[in-house]
Amino acid sequence: MEKKILLECRDVSLGYEGQPIWEHLDFAVHSGDYLCIVGENGSGKSTLLKSLLGLLKPLHGAITMAPSLRRGAIGYLPQQTKAQKDFPATVSEVVLSGFLSARKWRFFYSGAEKAQALMNMGKLGILELKDKCYRELSGGQQQRVLLARALCAAGELLILDEPVTGLDPTAAQDLYRTLEYLNKSEGIAIVMVTHDIRSALRCATTILHAGQRQWFCGSVEEYLASPYGKRFGGGRA
Amino acid sequence: MSLLLEMFTYPFILRAFIVGILVSLCAALLGVSLVLKRYSMIGDGLSHVSFGALAIAMACGWAPLPVSIPVVIAAALFLLRLTERSRIGADAAIAVVSASALAIGVVVTSLTTGMTTDVDSYMFGSILAMDRSDVVLSVILCAAVLVLFVLCYHKLFAITFDESFSRATGVKVNWYNTLLSVLTALTIVLGMQMCGAMLISSLVIFPALTAMRLFKSFRSVVICAGALSVVCFCAGLTGSYLISTPVGATVVLVDLAAFLLSCMVQRLRHK
Repeated sequence: MEKKILLECRDVSLGYEGQPIWEHLDFAVHSGDYLCIVGENGSGKSTLLKSLLGLLKPLHGAITMAPSLRRGAIGYLPQQTKAQKDFPATVSEVVLSGFLSARKWRFFYSGAEKAQALMNMGKLGILELKDKCYRELSGGQQQRVLLARALCAAGELLILDEPVTGLDPTAAQDLYRTLEYLNKSEGIAIVMVTHDIRSALRCATTILHAGQRQWFCGSVEEYLASPYGKRFGGGRA
Repeated sequence: MSLLLEMFTYPFILRAFIVGILVSLCAALLGVSLVLKRYSMIGDGLSHVSFGALAIAMACGWAPLPVSIPVVIAAALFLLRLTERSRIGADAAIAVVSASALAIGVVVTSLTTGMTTDVDSYMFGSILAMDRSDVVLSVILCAAVLVLFVLCYHKLFAITFDESFSRATGVKVNWYNTLLSVLTALTIVLGMQMCGAMLISSLVIFPALTAMRLFKSFRSVVICAGALSVVCFCAGLTGSYLISTPVGATVVLVDLAAFLLSCMVQRLRHK
């Protein structure tokens, strides 16, 4: 499969009110990549994520996206909010809402969308939960539902924001396995912000490390050999 | 039975039924979204703003609705911006605005007319408050609220469930939040004449809470909240006629009864 560029940052500076947090950021996400963004709290990981999603304009430079993923076709898995924990909605309702993008203005979902939603639920092993209420699911199951919704929104790139936060170790491992399956078998590129450095080093092909106004981006081996990797990875790999 | 039939011969009760059914339906539909977004108190805040606006309108001798509708819409938008941008939490922002508006209303009335029956009817609602033009305006506005709600149903679900995801997929979240605030403001202004500034917010909150205890899908919660709200309103209005109690308070008590019943049903189900 030819590797095509899905997302590219060229000499990008990011920040708020003219104060840059990231400077001269250069990296690209190709189809089939597995990129983990790591770094301390407050190092600008969420800022970067916002910009990748198109919610924050870069101060300088440009973030370009493949035409197939222009706004509205990004599979995003945000952090869960408190309000969602007791939300009365069935799994199908949540998954189908992934199809709403800016352009469509209809009342009913099409048959093709419903079929696609069922397929995505099948892929993630939550098909039998489809009429269950979201608030009655376990944390891991809820993450799968949101992942299925993200797949409905986009089939090429998933952007995940600390997906294992709050999950027990078994559920976290399950989620990593699912992501690996989506990445390897379905060829979906994955960009993930995470604090779980050990799993990041195990699964990812590329690591992006956020430091104080500095950054590093490279393969896992390069990362471990770099000063950031030595300090952060702690030789755990 | 004859007493019930006799009730419908009074034109003011007929008007109250028409406006009340529409307002309670709108309030319940919007309420589901507001309660889930943790915005339940916005109804309370806006009704107090509406009270302040009405007090000023009365003091100046203006027609109440044309003054209070724009003021309350402005307040709704202001509250929305305040909670989005600043570090004040939504609950504190609403409390500040609501208390200030109520205080302004009370001071203005005591300086001018004093606490008359009119003021009392805005505080606690009066079935006699509506004339024919109010009814026409209410019907038009409620129809607009209903049509917009149905048209935007899926988007409203999406932004209620997960704002960040919706934003990322290109849904104009701010636009829909504004729409929700404006629709809420309209519903509150129309409803408070009958139910009163103090009680109107319960029309927003109760049906949603009750429906959320009984149903598991968003669609059934919305439908149940709407239906329940209308039924409770009709029961409350009939009750208030039969035992001569104020409409607003009676409707709220019926809503409370429905809520307690739903708690019992939920408890029994889990046994």
